[in-house]
Amino acid sequence: MEKAYTNINDFRDWINGQDRPLSELSKIMIDRVKSINDDINSFISVDEDLISGCAAALEKQDPRGALWGVPVAVKDNICIKGRLTTCASHILDGFRPPYNATVIEKLDKAAALLFGRANMDEFAFGSSCETSCYGPTRNPKDLSCIPGGSSGGSAAAVAGGQVLAAIGSDTGGSIRQPASMCGIVSIKPTYGRVSRYGLIAFASSLDQIGPLARNVEDCAALLEIIAGYDEKDSTSVDKEVPKYTESLGKDVKGLTIGIPAEYFGEGMDKEVRSKVEDAVNLMKKLGAVIKNISLPHTRYAVSCYYIIAPAEASSNLARYDGVHYGLRSEACDDMVEMYTATRNEGFGAEVKRRILLGTYSLSSGYYDAYYLKALKVRTRISDDFKKAFEECDCILTPTSPSTAFELGEKMDDPLKMYLSDIYTIPANLAGIPAISLPCGEDRKGLPVGLQLMAGPFAEDVLIRVAHAFESNSVK
Amino acid sequence: MNKESINEEVVRHIAALSRLSLSDTDVKKYQSQLKNILDYIEQLDEVNTEDIPPTTHVLSSMKNVFREDVAKDSLSQEEVLDNAPSRRNGFFRVPKVI
Repeated sequence: MEKAYTNINDFRDWINGQDRPLSELSKIMIDRVKSINDDINSFISVDEDLISGCAAALEKQDPRGALWGVPVAVKDNICIKGRLTTCASHILDGFRPPYNATVIEKLDKAAALLFGRANMDEFAFGSSCETSCYGPTRNPKDLSCIPGGSSGGSAAAVAGGQVLAAIGSDTGGSIRQPASMCGIVSIKPTYGRVSRYGLIAFASSLDQIGPLARNVEDCAALLEIIAGYDEKDSTSVDKEVPKYTESLGKDVKGLTIGIPAEYFGEGMDKEVRSKVEDAVNLMKKLGAVIKNISLPHTRYAVSCYYIIAPAEASSNLARYDGVHYGLRSEACDDMVEMYTATRNEGFGAEVKRRILLGTYSLSSGYYDAYYLKALKVRTRISDDFKKAFEECDCILTPTSPSTAFELGEKMDDPLKMYLSDIYTIPANLAGIPAISLPCGEDRKGLPVGLQLMAGPFAEDVLIRVAHAFESNSVK
Repeated sequence: MNKESINEEVVRHIAALSRLSLSDTDVKKYQSQLKNILDYIEQLDEVNTEDIPPTTHVLSSMKNVFREDVAKDSLSQEEVLDNAPSRRNGFFRVPKVI
């Protein structure tokens, strides 16, 4: 495979034409991952023996699964049985899950070759992939820039051509924002569309697993495989999974696309604005009806999120106590000291910051003023979307207010970092699906991302519109 | 409403609740960062939420999930204890509690 990865169909043609066994081919794929990993640090580690072993086990499969041999990166917060899974945090040092996440079971069944351990912000708390305890990931488009976060390793691995696709998780934009900054495609599904069983929890009312890939078609194919009801996740929804790939190749004539004024206000980079406006014009040319709409509570989304997400996180992360798995500090004489010393050693600065923020907003005397208030504002944000989807089929916005920024640029100012998720957070608060896809580059050659959002379970509409755009936009 | 500005004493209190122990430098740093974040979050007060129900679940179709109370296969004791930092005789081992 001397040629670079293009898409899953090409790969399938290539691999079906090979007479070498998959275990031998997997060595080429592993070398491809390793060749640039020192530069971009998208993988925390590559377990060559395990991956070759999995490849060997797939050799005799007949008929072959839909993703037979396709190299897929998995974010380090999704459990793969027996493989190190640590959320890029020292607190989970040495943790090997005794079970597979449901998405891993599904990808295994489709015969994907799983390269685990895509780097990420520690516990997915971040927008730049800089808070990993294994060091930052760099953007393959420009090594001085961040790849976005928190699924920065997943996005960089796909954009850098190390793998064909990746799986990440999205709590406030964590797969869309890095996909946008690395110039690839990703889908954050409707809350409940994909099982969260085996996803190490961050904010349970917001987390969703989704695919990242080089084009819309591959994302649709992956979503088709990982979506569906799972009795092991009580928030997964028992609703038939459509054939998402059947939405490819349909035109957008007559569809109404809403353009919310609130997503084009101050704080947005001029070049991003101009590329997104070009995208709107192309949609119009393709026959879509463009409608100006308003989502009036958009400006409160970041505040609302930074109450709800840390509150849920502080509760979810209470389980890391040095008893059942991961790190235990030896510097202690009794139980409480052991908890405290373990958590102090194991968690990084951003994780501690969010635990403190969450504990504060849930603590006695502040609950009503912060947490309950945020839950009510969340309702208003959802209601904005409900109203908007009465008059349009999907909503078009930028994915991020800027292209990839430089490493270190926002590390000293948490609030500034939080505001880089301003366009992606609302979809998580409302539980609706959203897709990010490339729509051009800025002067420096850094990718600009376009976001489309639709009503609950309307992933098919997103795929249809995104594919029409992708097929007609000039590369 | 009770939103006095977050001070160092409050930071120490929530750190203790979170089972984190912070150095004096950390307390100062987190106090100022949390204050900045909370000052920004104050803007939520502008939103009229009278008679607005809190979102307890984003999808209104969500309902309680029940299943028959039947025993199913689960992880073995060995698998569960495999990741424990310290174990003895089939138990998780911890420092003294009292």
